[in-house]
Amino acid sequence: MPETGYLVAAVATAVAVTWALRALPFAVLARLRAGPLTVLLGAAMPVGAAVVLTVYTLRDFDPGVPEDAWPTAVALAVTVALHLWRRNVPLSIVGGTAAHAALSALLAG
Amino acid sequence: MTSPAVDAAPRAGTRADLARAVRDSGSVGPGAFPTGVAFGVLVAQSGLPWWWASVFSGLIYAGSLEFLFLGLVTAAAPLAAVAVTAFLVNLRHVFYAFSFPLHRVKGRLGKAYSTFALSDEAFVVATGHAARTFPGRRILWLQACIHLYWAGGATVGALLGSALPAGTGGLDFAVTALFTVLAIDGLLAHRDVPVPLLALGCALAARFTVPGQMLPVAFASFAALMTVRHLLRRRGEDARA
Repeated sequence: MPETGYLVAAVATAVAVTWALRALPFAVLARLRAGPLTVLLGAAMPVGAAVVLTVYTLRDFDPGVPEDAWPTAVALAVTVALHLWRRNVPLSIVGGTAAHAALSALLAG
Repeated sequence: MTSPAVDAAPRAGTRADLARAVRDSGSVGPGAFPTGVAFGVLVAQSGLPWWWASVFSGLIYAGSLEFLFLGLVTAAAPLAAVAVTAFLVNLRHVFYAFSFPLHRVKGRLGKAYSTFALSDEAFVVATGHAARTFPGRRILWLQACIHLYWAGGATVGALLGSALPAGTGGLDFAVTALFTVLAIDGLLAHRDVPVPLLALGCALAARFTVPGQMLPVAFASFAALMTVRHLLRRRGEDARA
């Protein structure tokens, strides 16, 4: 098992790098905040990040494993359909996740 | 406790702030908590004392990095490897400064916590259409709630430890669902279809060409494409003028 001193140093390293990446860009951007390009990137980044992160969470999707692939594909369709229909964020998430859990249990059984 | 009169007061009180933050962060809980539990179970199974799960998730507080971090430290990897991994996995956060409303958060301490707790979930919710009028105080409460779901889940998972299976039982689909619905909301609010399409293309290209570095490559190429699009448009406007 790793020593406490090493673990503390490792946590401090990870925290320092992560916090720097999250905080320092604000200081840099404060100088060019009003430029048209920063405004454009500011408008595009929330949608872009949500799309990229969606794909990232699905990076292990494998059509060759139907008992994993089908629940994921159906749950994604349920989430999108529910959301276009009701526009209720918690409902879409709970509905999609429930569909995923139900279908996974069905295919595993 | 949450009567309209209390909600309308400028300083509504801690309980009202908390109640509202629970509502604001409601979309994050179903994904963040079980993922935190799964992480806590892995920490317990790695042989570390349970409270390291609280330390890792409360301080590092970056979902995908923590799973990699646990693998690195249990293998006693050099600190340089920890630093490089943290840098590559979290490089995407440099792009969050373009949109995150840090200017609404008041005070040095508030800004320090807000940047520290700027997780993916906090970013997508705080920059979402529903949050466009949130004052800084409400954003901070929202971030604290998301932080608590994650660290609390990890602590619970580590305490229950080997009593639980290591997986999330499929509940991690809630994280996918969260990002999906916020992408749809963003698209419906801005009606700029090329933006999500370009992001999708960048994500898929990075997934299949550089699966090990998918996040930094996808974010950097997306930002580059948006910049090119901006320059092309400006040239088009200049040509018309």
